[in-house]
Amino acid sequence: MTTKTEKLDRLAELTTRTESTAGGSLWREALRRLRRSKMALIGAVIMAVFVVVAIVGPWIAPYDPTDQTWRDEVLVNHAQFVGPRGGNWLGLDHLGRDELSRMLVGTRQTLLVGVVSTLLGFAVGALTGGISGAALAFGGRAGRRLDTVLMRLIDMMLALPSLLLAVSVAAIMGQSLTTVMIAVGVVQIPVFARLLRGSMLAQAGADYVLAARSLGVRRRRIVLAHVLPNSLGPVIVQATLALATAIIEAAALSYLGLGNPDASQPEWGVMLAQAQRFFDAAPMMAVYPAVGIIVTSLGFTLLGEAMREALDPKLRS
Amino acid sequence: MLRLIIRRLLQLIPTLLGLSVLLFLWLHQLPGGPASALLGERGTEADRRQIEESLGLNDPVWVQYGRWMQRLVHLDLGDSVRTGRPVWEEFTQRFPATVELALSAILIAVVVGIPLGYFAARRRGSWLDVTAVSGSLIGICIPVFFLGFILRAIFAVNLGWLPSFGRQTTGINATEVTGFYVLDGLLTGEWDASWDAVEHLILPGVALASIPLAVIVRITRASVLEVLGEDYVRTAESKGLQRRVVRSRHVLRNALLPVVTTVGLLTGSLLSGAVLTESVFAFGGIGSFIKEAIDNRDYPVLMGFILFIALLYVAINLLVDLAYSLIDPRVRVN
Amino acid sequence: MPLLSVDELTVTFTGHGAPDVAAVCGVSFQVDESQVVGLVGESGCGKSVTSLALMGLLPQRGVRIGGRAEFDGTDLLRLRQARLRDLRGSQLAMIFQDPLSSLNPVVPIGVQVTEILSRHRGLRGSAARKEAAELLDRVGIPDPTRRLKEYPHQLSGGMRQRALIAMAVACAPRLLIADEPTTALDVTIQAQILELLKELVDQQGTALLMITHDLGVVAGLCDRVNVLYAGKVVEAADRRPLFAEAAHPYAHGLLGSIPRLDAPRGERLRPIRGSINDRIDWGDGCAFAPRCDFSTEECLDGGLPLTLLPGREAHRVRCVHPVAAAPGDGAGDGPGNAGNGPGNTAGNDPGNTAENTAEGSPGENPEGDAAETTEATS
Repeated sequence: MTTKTEKLDRLAELTTRTESTAGGSLWREALRRLRRSKMALIGAVIMAVFVVVAIVGPWIAPYDPTDQTWRDEVLVNHAQFVGPRGGNWLGLDHLGRDELSRMLVGTRQTLLVGVVSTLLGFAVGALTGGISGAALAFGGRAGRRLDTVLMRLIDMMLALPSLLLAVSVAAIMGQSLTTVMIAVGVVQIPVFARLLRGSMLAQAGADYVLAARSLGVRRRRIVLAHVLPNSLGPVIVQATLALATAIIEAAALSYLGLGNPDASQPEWGVMLAQAQRFFDAAPMMAVYPAVGIIVTSLGFTLLGEAMREALDPKLRS
Repeated sequence: MLRLIIRRLLQLIPTLLGLSVLLFLWLHQLPGGPASALLGERGTEADRRQIEESLGLNDPVWVQYGRWMQRLVHLDLGDSVRTGRPVWEEFTQRFPATVELALSAILIAVVVGIPLGYFAARRRGSWLDVTAVSGSLIGICIPVFFLGFILRAIFAVNLGWLPSFGRQTTGINATEVTGFYVLDGLLTGEWDASWDAVEHLILPGVALASIPLAVIVRITRASVLEVLGEDYVRTAESKGLQRRVVRSRHVLRNALLPVVTTVGLLTGSLLSGAVLTESVFAFGGIGSFIKEAIDNRDYPVLMGFILFIALLYVAINLLVDLAYSLIDPRVRVN
Repeated sequence: MPLLSVDELTVTFTGHGAPDVAAVCGVSFQVDESQVVGLVGESGCGKSVTSLALMGLLPQRGVRIGGRAEFDGTDLLRLRQARLRDLRGSQLAMIFQDPLSSLNPVVPIGVQVTEILSRHRGLRGSAARKEAAELLDRVGIPDPTRRLKEYPHQLSGGMRQRALIAMAVACAPRLLIADEPTTALDVTIQAQILELLKELVDQQGTALLMITHDLGVVAGLCDRVNVLYAGKVVEAADRRPLFAEAAHPYAHGLLGSIPRLDAPRGERLRPIRGSINDRIDWGDGCAFAPRCDFSTEECLDGGLPLTLLPGREAHRVRCVHPVAAAPGDGAGDGPGNAGNGPGNTAGNDPGNTAENTAEGSPGENPEGDAAETTEATS
């Protein structure tokens, strides 16, 4: 029985896909294009460095990031910040802590905020969008109703400026790292939902789905084995791009005073927000975390854009 | 055309109703509540209860919602808990600042972004193209508020070319007519006041424009590249038309279609950015007001604002659709 | 002197990274005043690229063009862009394959017609509109004044192609290039469009270069036919001799691939095996050899010239073993007069050799890339 349905599936897919995928699957083709892209290479290198530092950061940091070792020195000099010097390569922050150590350790928190919030947005959004798309495409009249309700909800979320949405979530839950993650994640939900739904609807209209239906493949199987896998491309690309946005949004929340207040866990967004207060006296204190945020999100953006180009042959040169 | 507008507004009603119910319930989950926010740490328990009583906060939520809806039917958004003034009044007072800022950002983004994207596509692979593409990628990744700080530090604090905060130099002789300072100066003939307002707009405008600019450059470039490969451009060339005609009538007109849609979609992120930019430049628009309202659990203000934003969102989308149907005959409604 | 004389035209696509792809490798043909000349071949043979090269419509970068194309004494391939712009639309005009995508969707038909009138004939305002309406009327579009205000999506496929034709003939060009003008249309509409083209060409004394894969179109329209294969002309003849006695195995095979009503019942079609991707470089011999039933070792010598068939005036063929018999009576029997040596054995062993050669040199001929490029441009 299983082999028979599998054969039918294969046949259905082949009817439309032989032409475009001759000489390798769609994914393999995309991967080949991706490997040739300079943009993807730079993005991947940035990302790899970022992840490695996030993992080993606490061990390679020269000092304890929370220890106000040079507190007296900073206070004596009275708002005279200590710049880079031997032993403190990036200087000291306003409380006499080693800035380099804080940057290194902060990498992990920053990555954590980005990944967790994106996963949250991805999971909830993809679930909503997937159900909605499947219901609309294959669920008949009841499915259409379900889709309408879900999409109205998503529209409501889209109608709010993302930051306002995040701010109100943060306001309900109080100041904490979890709050930031949830707040940033919630903002991503409608994007993922819309994208997956649209992508699934496009796939549901493809000839191979018609072929599969005419061959009697069950609807659930069509959705799970064909439509869903083929629709995931743009959603995965969006997830990569969303990681970049999440890191920036988290920084914005910190700037508005909603970030993680726990000083023992430095995070780039919080560091940047704090440094803004001393911007005129010590601009570099803001520049370090800002550059970290910009470079990291640039890495994810480059990788995401390269993936998008690789997956969409129309954008190819 | 009119029918389209009416249909859109009718479609909006269920969305807005649902949104208002959800938000009402949600906002009332916020810990704290306006009474403690108003009183601060000094208030006694009795004071708090009295305030809650007077604001009707002890009634069930649905009663409060009903009261709010009843007022809304009479176009009354209620009074701000914090300032005691009508919400509507607070909005109209602060809104012009935000609109002025958002419009100047969009203006900068469109005026710079479309030509940049166009020429990047025409000279694909040139230094201009590479700069535009990498610049727009970086532009998306810079936190708006950080860019604001950098701009302010360089152009206002160090070079002193532009004012560093506010909408107007204090003590300038300006008559307020509409609340849009640039427009006011033009209306009353006070050119100095207009110019002063423009100067105050430049830095926050540029900071806020960064993301829309980056997006517009990318979309325009991609769109022009696609159109350049279209058959009708080849047809136009085969007719021997002047380069100018081919580019304006055949390339640019088609390439602008997706750009128009994008500009509409950018409004949401523009409002978010406005909250941050206004805070960096102490601009005194609606963004900072809303942040205070959230801190103080000022329900009427928040509800009114969200309702207002949703309306704005729909209005902008409607405008985009209308603009789209003006340039694309295929979607024109008959 | 012919109106257009194309001499050893070559077009090579040079992508960075990818190996060069020769889409047209030495095409020569002529078009006389008021003559209808066909350029026939399957997709990927370089016929569309040839026409675009003549019009100067190939992209500037990544393309290398060689040879000469003299139009009324001037070499089109070496003309400055500005001068070429003056010629295009007025003396040289072109009709494209897909009428929907070839019309600008957001500009009214009227503007798209009048813009060419104002460019080349200096007509403006109401004079231009009046002339445009007359043009639409002439190409058989009913109610032309109303149609002028409409957009391409409001017209039917046939009407769109008529509108494109109206633009092409607006300035009574001396040469009209039609690139598969009927491929995207219904059969009944095809006939109407062909009839219209013939009529206009006759009226204006315009020469027509008809690019097509459809031998039916050739039979009904062309005075002279050039059969293209893998970027070279393999056979050139007047219409009747070609249809009666196609000499190149490829042309012969093309004719054999068409179902015929007058064929005896039960007779099978004789398709040409393989696809245009199964080819070898012209420098290494006949590009058609891997697919040819008659190929022998001699076919792989290279430098094959387009030679006059013995005893004929204007029938040239690029083949070692031209087929002599008329189609319908046994192309499968092997070559007739010229190939007396290899004879019937040619169908077997040497054919395999040729095929092996083609398979053995994939590096020289990156099939995937070649197919992509030629498809994108044809």
